[in-house]
Amino acid sequence: MSSTIASEGSSTRTTPQGVEPGSYEKDPAGFLRKRRGRYGERAAMAVLIGAAGLSVLVTVGIFFALLLPALEFFREIGVVEFLTGQRWAPSFSDSSFGILPLVTGTLWTTLIGLLIAVPFGLGAAIYLAEYAPERLRRVLKPVLEVLAGIPSVVYGYFALFFVAPTILNDLLSVDVGTFSVLAAGLVLGIMIIPTVASLSEDAMSAVPRSLREASLALGANRMRTTLRVVFPAAVSGITASIVLAGSRAVGETMIVALAAGTRAQMVSNPTDAGQTMTGYIAQTATGESSPGTLTYNTLFAVGLLLFVVTLLLNVVAGSIVRKIREAY
Amino acid sequence: MNSHYYSTRTHDVAEAGNETAANELASLVEVRQDDRRSLPSDPKPIMECEGVDVFYDDFRAVTDVSLGFGYNEITALIGPSGCGKSTLLRSLNRMNDLILGARVEGAVTFHGQSIYAKDVDPIEVRRRIGMVFQKPNPFPKSIYDNVAYGPRVTGAKVSDMDDLVEEALTRSALWDEVKDKLKQSALGLSGGQQQRLCIARTIAIRPEVILMDEPCSALDPIATSRIEDLMVELVKDYSIIIVTHNMQQAARVADRTAFFTALADEGTGDRTGLLVEYDLTAKIFSTPADERTENYISGRFG
Repeated sequence: MSSTIASEGSSTRTTPQGVEPGSYEKDPAGFLRKRRGRYGERAAMAVLIGAAGLSVLVTVGIFFALLLPALEFFREIGVVEFLTGQRWAPSFSDSSFGILPLVTGTLWTTLIGLLIAVPFGLGAAIYLAEYAPERLRRVLKPVLEVLAGIPSVVYGYFALFFVAPTILNDLLSVDVGTFSVLAAGLVLGIMIIPTVASLSEDAMSAVPRSLREASLALGANRMRTTLRVVFPAAVSGITASIVLAGSRAVGETMIVALAAGTRAQMVSNPTDAGQTMTGYIAQTATGESSPGTLTYNTLFAVGLLLFVVTLLLNVVAGSIVRKIREAY
Repeated sequence: MNSHYYSTRTHDVAEAGNETAANELASLVEVRQDDRRSLPSDPKPIMECEGVDVFYDDFRAVTDVSLGFGYNEITALIGPSGCGKSTLLRSLNRMNDLILGARVEGAVTFHGQSIYAKDVDPIEVRRRIGMVFQKPNPFPKSIYDNVAYGPRVTGAKVSDMDDLVEEALTRSALWDEVKDKLKQSALGLSGGQQQRLCIARTIAIRPEVILMDEPCSALDPIATSRIEDLMVELVKDYSIIIVTHNMQQAARVADRTAFFTALADEGTGDRTGLLVEYDLTAKIFSTPADERTENYISGRFG
């Protein structure tokens, strides 16, 4: 490598000693001139720009793919009726397109899921980041992340055949039917624990050791150090983990499709069955609805709402984080 | 920054001859001579080490250290890198507990009470023996909250937190600079101000001993000088133990100085720190008893 450079230098470049008087006027860049043919660099940059651009393009593409059929939908059904109607019966003869039943279904499963995932996830993160010996942490964290790799259809069956009948009915004597948002939400919560735990643990581990030492040297115990120093410093990462987990819960399909049921009704009690937005899409998007029909467009309207909800979640979380975080 | 300052100084000094170096240090000792009352030849100890070894797993970082740290005195621990000064310092308020595999053998006592005894709560130890670190490490909170942190988390009964914060900041010579921006983030302060804030934060919990681990090594000479003045001021009420790489600093501020050196194991090459000499600073820098001390302070070694 170095020999190539040396030989090139001596044979093709003009060295300062070899500069002819007056040659700077003819050739201002002289021997410092850019050399031709940095094709490798350009190619690499093009690939990287392509990689970065693709994800943006896909997002924009998805948005418009959702938007156009959804606009078709709203030409027939008013936005207000869609957002405030309490009866969801798109395929009935006296059809009705009030999405609130689906929204309540999603809200219940998501909130129950977060109610499980946030305390357990944060607890696990605090233990791993602040208390667990290094060796144990190296074993536990990958195990926890395996939990995130289990296919959600497996979780769905777990909710349907084990959590609802055995845990809820038999063990806890909670009266639920085959389908309930409670069983779906609980299992959904278990599924997103690793998201909360793993990302929060990363955020807490990234807080400089010197801050912990400062706190301990002032006579604070570990829990106070965790809650008053580590937590505020890591809050943006922790919030991000919860929002991401929330987005996953809102978007999760298999568990709720299997365990929450297909009855689109206003869910007022966690033991009720209920259909979620994703559950409706999974049930309806079977390939039988042809483009341009109202059923087809309905799918996209629901999809668009999901998209907007997730987006809003992220925006709101971002602004909360900016207000409360203690940047180190 | 300061270590750079220090190393070029030693270099110059070494060129000018070892005699000059020793004389310069001896003259620095004069600076605080009036202050340094007539100190007894042995300190009246607030803390004592008796045959202390510090291990990291099987590695012995410090071996067989015995010395006493005097009441209302500044004790400097000096010596070349890797001689275990900081390790020893961190074992004086059980900060080494946080390092997996760290272990202290021998006795470390505070008012005659062993701080490693079975039922001793390290948190109680650290409340009484505060610590200021090498790199200023204020919390990413407001200046006020930094100072109030200690009293808040230790559940101290504070009748007026505002007063306490003002007092701690005044005592650390920072009040005038920050009194109008107490609610602003401590991270907006300069390095020297941050370090004084860390000192304020430490004295806010009213410890008896303050450990300082090279507190000026990240600071410029002006900030360093302010911290040194502060130490001389604080020693009226506190006992201070400071690790420093800067011999001039030890000569300027310390009442007593302990010189450590590192001994390399011939088999493993592991370096173990040991105490060579401990005496009044004036003595260490003018007529050291041990040849190794003399070589070190005159710049022939380290």
